[in-house]
Order: sequence, then structure tokens, then C-alpha cells
Amino acid sequence: MAGFFGTRDGVRLTGQQFKAQLKRFYSWYTLGLVLFVGLLGMAERMGLPRLWIGSTFLLATIALYASIGIMSRTTEASEYYVAGRRVPALYNGMATGADWMSAASFIGLAGTLYLTGYNGLAFIMGWTGGYCLVALVLAPYLRKFGQFTIPDFLGERYSDCFGGKLPRLMGVVAAILCSFTYLVAQIFGVGLITSYLTGIAFELGIFLGLGGILVCSFLGGMRAVTWTQVAQYIILVLAYLIPVVWLSVKQTGVPVPQVVYGYQMEKVTARELHINADPEEQKVRAIYQQRSDVLAEKLKHPGASLVADRQAANDKLNELKSGNGNVQDIAAASKALANLPKDEAAARKAYAQAKAVADTKSLPLGGMPPHAQQFAGNPDGTPKEQLQYDTSRRNFLALVFCLMVGTAALPHILSRYYTVPSVRQARQSVTWSLLFIVLLYFTAPALAVLVKYEIFTHIVGMPFDQLPAWVNAWSKIDPSLLSVADVNKDNVLQLGELTIGGDVVVLLTPELAGLPYVISGLVAAGGLAAALSTADGLLLTIANSLGHDLYFKMIDPNASTVSRVTVSKILLLVVALLAAYVAAQKPADILFLVSAAFSFAAASFFPALSLGIFWKRATGLAASLGMMSGLGVTFYYMLVNQPWLRSAFGVTSPIALWWGIEPISAGLFGVPVGFAVIVLVSLVSPRPSPQVQQHVEHLVEHVRYPDIKKL
Amino acid sequence: MSAQNHRQYWRKNRIVIAVLLGIWFAVTFGVSYFARSLSFTFFGWPFSFWVGAQGALGVYVAIIGFYAWYMNRLDALHGVEEESD
Repeated sequence: MAGFFGTRDGVRLTGQQFKAQLKRFYSWYTLGLVLFVGLLGMAERMGLPRLWIGSTFLLATIALYASIGIMSRTTEASEYYVAGRRVPALYNGMATGADWMSAASFIGLAGTLYLTGYNGLAFIMGWTGGYCLVALVLAPYLRKFGQFTIPDFLGERYSDCFGGKLPRLMGVVAAILCSFTYLVAQIFGVGLITSYLTGIAFELGIFLGLGGILVCSFLGGMRAVTWTQVAQYIILVLAYLIPVVWLSVKQTGVPVPQVVYGYQMEKVTARELHINADPEEQKVRAIYQQRSDVLAEKLKHPGASLVADRQAANDKLNELKSGNGNVQDIAAASKALANLPKDEAAARKAYAQAKAVADTKSLPLGGMPPHAQQFAGNPDGTPKEQLQYDTSRRNFLALVFCLMVGTAALPHILSRYYTVPSVRQARQSVTWSLLFIVLLYFTAPALAVLVKYEIFTHIVGMPFDQLPAWVNAWSKIDPSLLSVADVNKDNVLQLGELTIGGDVVVLLTPELAGLPYVISGLVAAGGLAAALSTADGLLLTIANSLGHDLYFKMIDPNASTVSRVTVSKILLLVVALLAAYVAAQKPADILFLVSAAFSFAAASFFPALSLGIFWKRATGLAASLGMMSGLGVTFYYMLVNQPWLRSAFGVTSPIALWWGIEPISAGLFGVPVGFAVIVLVSLVSPRPSPQVQQHVEHLVEHVRYPDIKKL
Repeated sequence: MSAQNHRQYWRKNRIVIAVLLGIWFAVTFGVSYFARSLSFTFFGWPFSFWVGAQGALGVYVAIIGFYAWYMNRLDALHGVEEESD
């Protein structure tokens, strides 16, 4: 179909005409979206079942993304890799916003804020402040450099080291390392949301979503991904804002939640004090404390305790069977017996897990810190409290640092700035990107507070038989997302009796606000858009690193444009299937893997890229070694300190934290090491030949000064 | 354009980057470090909570917006703009 995205009847449009075309296209699209939701809402009133609404949302949005992909299909290299370098700053900003905001931002962020209060703000600041580094230190210069990928820059700038092959290879390795784990997490998110929307199996959902990703990026590369991401941004931001605005109107009468939630927070804080003083809450906490004590006793000799537990469960079952126990009780008792751990090792693990849960629940507010309280512990308290305060503050700052530097070094974000027409627009485009991102990040803390207010004032204190229907519905889907248990048998819900998983908070908002199901469907479609758009960008980054940098630049430099693009497309397919396969295994600790990607990106790319632009003396060998050591230190620190990696690699040495920094912020050590190694090796190693020096000199000046033409 | 002109342009660029990153650092790490002490009420929020949730984000947007405006002007001032847009 001619007539979309830059041409009309086969004629290339000028910049102004193109902008007008885009404006028309996306205005109509937004209007269509609103009408579509409206129509579905009417259909719901007339009795359309929920599953139908969910399936319509899923199929309609995936069909939409696929058709944008088909409309912008291409085999031209510059269209495929960098969307022809004619994406206007504003639209690149939107696309970057969608590229950036993943399932973690859309679904997880507000949940983290709900559960951890002030401490969750590390993500808000880290994931936005990093754009200052992008704008000031990297984006304009990379745009001026004007190639296709981030390893391209490393290969050219550091060409004194094996013709740039080693730095380029390090770039490819690092790009794949940070992008692949991140990609797996997105596809995992896609599977969760599709199965929530349509009730189909998780694995099937993954492959359905994958179809949507592939049609788009396979046919049109960066060009298709860009125009799909703009469409996805519009869906995700509408889906995020509508329920929060509604909830805000319901609670305060003001439709701007970002402005008024401070006052709601004051009420939440007052309510927290009230809940803590409530005798029934204290009773619940005491019961959990008892359970924890019992479990501690069992943990002393888990083998014997398991035998005793099995005996008790058996006795209970027999008693029910011989007496007149009803069928339900008997079924529950035999299930309890079957669910007991199989051997001593399993028993030890199960007891330890149960004890950890009981310990958290025995704390005030079910283990959540007071929402407004900055850091744990107390600077004026006992030495133990002072230490806790210091460690918690240090970890907060370290996490902010790693997320910021990582943001500025993720290749799928940086390569978006290759697609704008000029340096001038690259600078403006970062501003647009951050504005579009901030729109959602301003809202997430508000959402957390409004949901908390709703739960603390209306849900807590309700009699069990009057709880709203969604409580049961969610605990049926997954008890770890939401569950209630009347621990103290008073038939009233205490906060300590309610368990909420972070991932459900956003999906819960429409129901808390009393909105129809169609809005829940829209929110899920928004989450899907967030996950798909990020997956698109990541997939393209990985495939291009392999197809462009590894195959074309290092293996077969004489490959024709068509065969380069074809190889990239085939690799894209392979990587996508591989990521889907890994995601279908439901790997443990996926959130940790995502956060780890930031530390990896920060430690590998940031020093080499920024010094490459700002320090002419930096050499290729130094950059390669710097990337290796930065990555090495980061990986080592995680390996010896992170529980999941320890068990995966069989590490048995005792956990030894440096200054109490959690392994998630390992980049705090990797980044300075990377910088130090590059600077030291550059200064110590002999200066490169005058020819090479001249080449570097020219390249760096070309990157720094917008008027200098290509070499 | 002369090398002298380029050197001046680059020096101004480095200065503005240093100043802006200084502000960025103070708002992010300075306010967060003293977060517990900076908890006077600000339209309902404790001040440091508000900075983390909104104030810092506003400053970031301002920093990037200002830099884009300043550099695009500086390009013209030193006559180093790219040829076509």
C-alpha cells in the first residue's frame, strides 16, 4: 500500500509534508481507538462476556501492529536499520517512550511503589534521570556519527585495535548480554497478559504475542518498529491514565491525580498509625509471630518435624474419614497431606520459606514500610538502627546511580537517536522522549498512593462475606497476586490478613475505581503494548548486532545490501524463537535479571562510549579491556552475592557484600573500574601510529562539530 | 571554520555540560542523601518524597530542554550548524 510513512503514490514526501501526514494518521488513529473502546463498552452493557472483550482487545491490537508492519515493510538497509533517518523529533520521542517503558514500568513500577513507598522512588528517578546523560553526553554525537548500531561506533572510533574488530565484538557481546535477558522478561510479560485477557494457556499466549512482534520487525525493521511504537505509546499512556484519573475523581473530586495525591498521602500516613494501633491487627501479628517461632523450632530438626507433620496430617485425614467430615474437608485434608515436602532438604526449604513469610507478616503494616518514610532504620536510634539506616540509604543511592548510567547505555535506546534527521533534532528528541516518559512516571507514584488509600480505608476493616468479587477472582488466578485469610477468626479483614503482589496493583485500579470491565481490558492492552514495543526494540538490537556487526562487518564485508538485510531478518527470527523458548520455561527471578541488565549496560558501554567522544587519547585496546573488566567486576559481584546466580553456578563461598551494597547495584563497582581501566591503559600503552591518531582525531572532531562533513 | 572557533565552541559545550550535570547530581543525590532531614510538608508530601516523585523529574526535563535550546543556538552562533535539516 503506497501512501504511508513518507511516500504518497510512490513519491517521497518532504519533511513538512511527512510531519503533516504523520499528524493526520495518528490523530485519526487516536480517535479510532477511543471509538473502539466506547463501542466495546456499549457491547459490554448489552451483555458481551468478559472473555470476548479481552480477546477482541488482544486480536485487534495485534492486528493493528501487524498492519503497520506490513504497510512499512522494506528491504532497504537504511530504512531497515535506522528508519531512513527521517523520523521527526516528536515522533521519535514517542517511539523512544514506548521502547523504553517495558512491562516492568507499566505493570511493576506502581506495584513496587505500593509495597515499598519512598524506596521505590529510586526507580522513578533512576529511569528518568538517565536521560540527562543520554542528552548531554551521548545522543547528539552518536547521531552525528550516523551509522547503524552502537557497536558500529566502538568499531570505528577504536579502529586502532585489530581494525576495530575487538571493540566491536565486545560491543556485540555486551549488547546481546543486556538485551537478551531483558527480551525474555518482555516475552514473559506478553504471555502473562495474553493469558489474562483471553484465558488461553501461558505458552500459547507467548507465541501469539510473538507473532505480533515478528510480523512487525521482520518485515520492516526499524521503520516498522518506529511507527508501531508510536501507536503503542498512545495506547499505553491512555490505558495508564484513564483509571487513575477516575480513581482520583472518586476520592478527591479533582481529575489531576498527580497534583492532589500529596493530600491523599497524608491521609494514608494517618491511617497507617491507626492500623498499627488496632488491637485486632496486633493480634494477627502475634499469631504470625507464634507461627514463626514454631517454624524456627521445626527448622532445628527438619527431618523429625517432617515425620511429625506427616503423622498429624494423616491422623486428621483418618479422623475426618471415619467421622462424618464433609467431602470438601476430606479433599482439603488429603491435599494438605499430598503437599507436604518429600524429603528433609525440601522440608528445610519449605519451612524456611514459610518462616520468612510469617516474619514479614509479624511486622507492622504486614511488612510494608510507612509510605512516606525515607529509608529504613533510624539515624538517631540504637547502633543497629543507625547501621540499618546507613545501609538502606547507601543502597538507595547506588540503585539510582546504576539505573541512571544503565539507562544511558542501553543500546536499544541509544540506537533510536540514529533515526532522527539531524543533530539538532536529536537534541530536541531526547527532550520529547523524557516528556513522554515523565507523563507516566509522574502518575505511577500517584497511582500507588490512591490504591493504598482505597485499600487501607475501604477494603481493610470489611467483613469477609462482604468483600468485593474481584478479591476472589484474583486469588483464583494466582494466590501470590492477591489472597486473604481470616487469621484471627474475627470475620473482619485486617491489613495483615491481606497479601498483595506488586504486579496486580495496576490491573486492580479499574476495579477499585468501579470502572466497567472494558477499562480493565484496555489496561491489559496497554501493558501488552508496553511489553511488545520494548520487545520489538530489543529484538532488533540483538539481530542487528549479529547481522550487521558480526556478519557484515566482521565475517563477510563484501555482502550485498539485500543479503545483509536478509541475514539480519533470519537472525531476528532465530533470536525471537530462542527468547520465547526461554520465557516458556518460566525462569526464576526474572525481575532480578532485568535489573541486572542495567548494571551490565552501565559497566560495559558507558565508559567506552563517553570517553570515546570526550577524550581523544582513549585507545582501542584500553576500551576493549575497560569493557571486559567493567563487565567482569559486575558479573563477579553478582555471581558471589546473588542467591539465584549462586545456586545456578554452584557458588558456595560465603556472601561478602562490599559496603553492604546489594548485588542488584553491582554496576556501582563496574562503572568506575571500566573508566579507570580505559584511562590507565590508554596512558600506559604506547601512542598509536600518527596515521591512526589522525584518523581518530578526524573522527572525534566529526562527531563533536555538527558542521564537519563525513570523512 | 577555523580551529580556534571550534575550540571555543567545544569549550562552551563542556562548560554547559559540567554545570548542568552538577545540577543533575545535586538534585538527585544531594536531596536523596538528606532525604530524612528534608521532610517538611510540601502540599501534603514530605518535601524529599515530592522531589523524588516529581521535582527531580521536572528538573531533568528542564536540563535537557535547556541544553537542546542552548546548543542549537550555540551552533548558529559559531556557524557550525549541519547543512541540511
